[in-house]
Amino acid sequence: MKKIVVENLKYRYPSTEKLALDDISFTINQGEFIGIIGQNSAGKSTLCQALVGLVPHFYQGAYGGKVIVDGIEVKQSSISELSLKVGIVFQNPFTQVTGSKLTVYEEIAFGLENMGLTRIEMLERIDSVLDLFDITAVKNRNPFDLSGGQMQRMAIASIVAMKPDVIVLDEPTSQLDPQGSEEVFRAIGELSNQGMTVVMVEHKIEKIAEYSDRVLLLHEGKCVDFASPADIFSRDDLHEYGVVAPVYTRVCQALKQKNIDKKTYPATLSEAVEVLRGKIHD
Amino acid sequence: MIKVKDVSFSYQAGTEIIKDITLHFDQRSTAIIGQNGAGKTTFVKLLKGLLKPSSGDIIIGDSSVNETTPATLAKQIGLVFQNPNDQIFKRSVLEEVLFGPLNIGQNPELAKENALNALKMVGLENRLEVNPQDLSLSDKKLLCIASIIAMDTNIIILDEPTIAQDHLGKQKIKEIIQSLKEKQKLVMTIIHDMDFVAENFERTIVFQQGKAILDGSTREVFAESDILAAARVEPPSITQLGYWLGYKQVFLTEKELIETIKTDSKIAL
Repeated sequence: MKKIVVENLKYRYPSTEKLALDDISFTINQGEFIGIIGQNSAGKSTLCQALVGLVPHFYQGAYGGKVIVDGIEVKQSSISELSLKVGIVFQNPFTQVTGSKLTVYEEIAFGLENMGLTRIEMLERIDSVLDLFDITAVKNRNPFDLSGGQMQRMAIASIVAMKPDVIVLDEPTSQLDPQGSEEVFRAIGELSNQGMTVVMVEHKIEKIAEYSDRVLLLHEGKCVDFASPADIFSRDDLHEYGVVAPVYTRVCQALKQKNIDKKTYPATLSEAVEVLRGKIHD
Repeated sequence: MIKVKDVSFSYQAGTEIIKDITLHFDQRSTAIIGQNGAGKTTFVKLLKGLLKPSSGDIIIGDSSVNETTPATLAKQIGLVFQNPNDQIFKRSVLEEVLFGPLNIGQNPELAKENALNALKMVGLENRLEVNPQDLSLSDKKLLCIASIIAMDTNIIILDEPTIAQDHLGKQKIKEIIQSLKEKQKLVMTIIHDMDFVAENFERTIVFQQGKAILDGSTREVFAESDILAAARVEPPSITQLGYWLGYKQVFLTEKELIETIKTDSKIAL
């Protein structure tokens, strides 16, 4: 089932000349975990904003084409209507905190209150996400007293609590330690398995390769490719787009060891081990 | 360059965040790693003099942080904050980078020369009049790095330098670190990007619950897989690949692993 349809999307920010998004088209199915990669200024964050309606409703600017999320055309809808279907976790959690709530608990409750949920439903959801993202211990702290990593977990938790059909995450683990990153990827991956559609921008390329069903490669506002991690990271011209393949792919490329399909190189640790093991330790 | 003697620190009485740490820092580039909440950022704030030890002392050069003001220490030690929004406050890129050098007493000519050189190093030399708040997060981080480099301190601490950086941004930071090392500066970092640590830092210290539980060359530290696992530290990707392929040695770069596999392989690769 198609969850997101993007057709010939073009967008230019106000007072700029260059298109930030240039004729992009793709579809995403329900429950897919999509990784978006590309160098800085490729249009990744702008695309995220377009999926949730901040582009064009908040940023204004010149807009063409269509973005349809769960049957709703973004341009014909409103941010508030869309927020019931699609949630976004911003790149910098500091910009997501409401600033009007005194505790982490209240901060997570904010979105749920706006949805008009019952008190019992809210309490259940808040406790669940506090546990899922391991921030129960700081639930009574002021959001601005949290460390960067804790604030990032809170920002993700506050969106996941709203149980959107689609969640868009813009570098959600940049301030987390490696174990914390892995836990967040695992939790988001599980939500994807349960049917939530996930769109994630990340520079942690090894994690994107491991968790994504498909990867969208953006460059200068254009969609260069949208395919499996192994297909994307096996491209010979990847460096031209300011992206490097996971270290597992690079090692296998240097050793000319491809996957069993004979076309692509391993993109994950387990694939690389499978391909290389047995060919060493003579 | 820095001597840390029996230092403990608490924000609130009874809850020690830093517990009796003794460390000496020479010119080796040093990464401090550990899970969120391990005390890393608090520790570097103590080095910078932004916090005073509850007990113990820190000697920077010849000065004790207990007897010196942060303003004096600023001439010797620069800290790039984790969150650029905590550091940036001026209205243009050039003003932002000029603030530090002028504030520690560099004459205006030298301050401008240092500021322009630092901005060139991070690739922002053509954006002097831009409001820093209009920069992307990655460029804000590079601006913060430039602001500290321009002060020309002997010790530079980078808190999470690779946040929001793409491959090219990381390459730029790698070159900056190399250039600072060549100038005999002590470069320290707090970082969660273990691949970056493996490639760029000679010494690594692991923090856990306010204590320095491991300290050694980066290769020695990443060999201690059991201690790292207990401290919730994940080894670099290349180290993990070597481990899962059955190697006992610790690999820090792709080149090391590729050469070893080529030597060991039983088929022509």
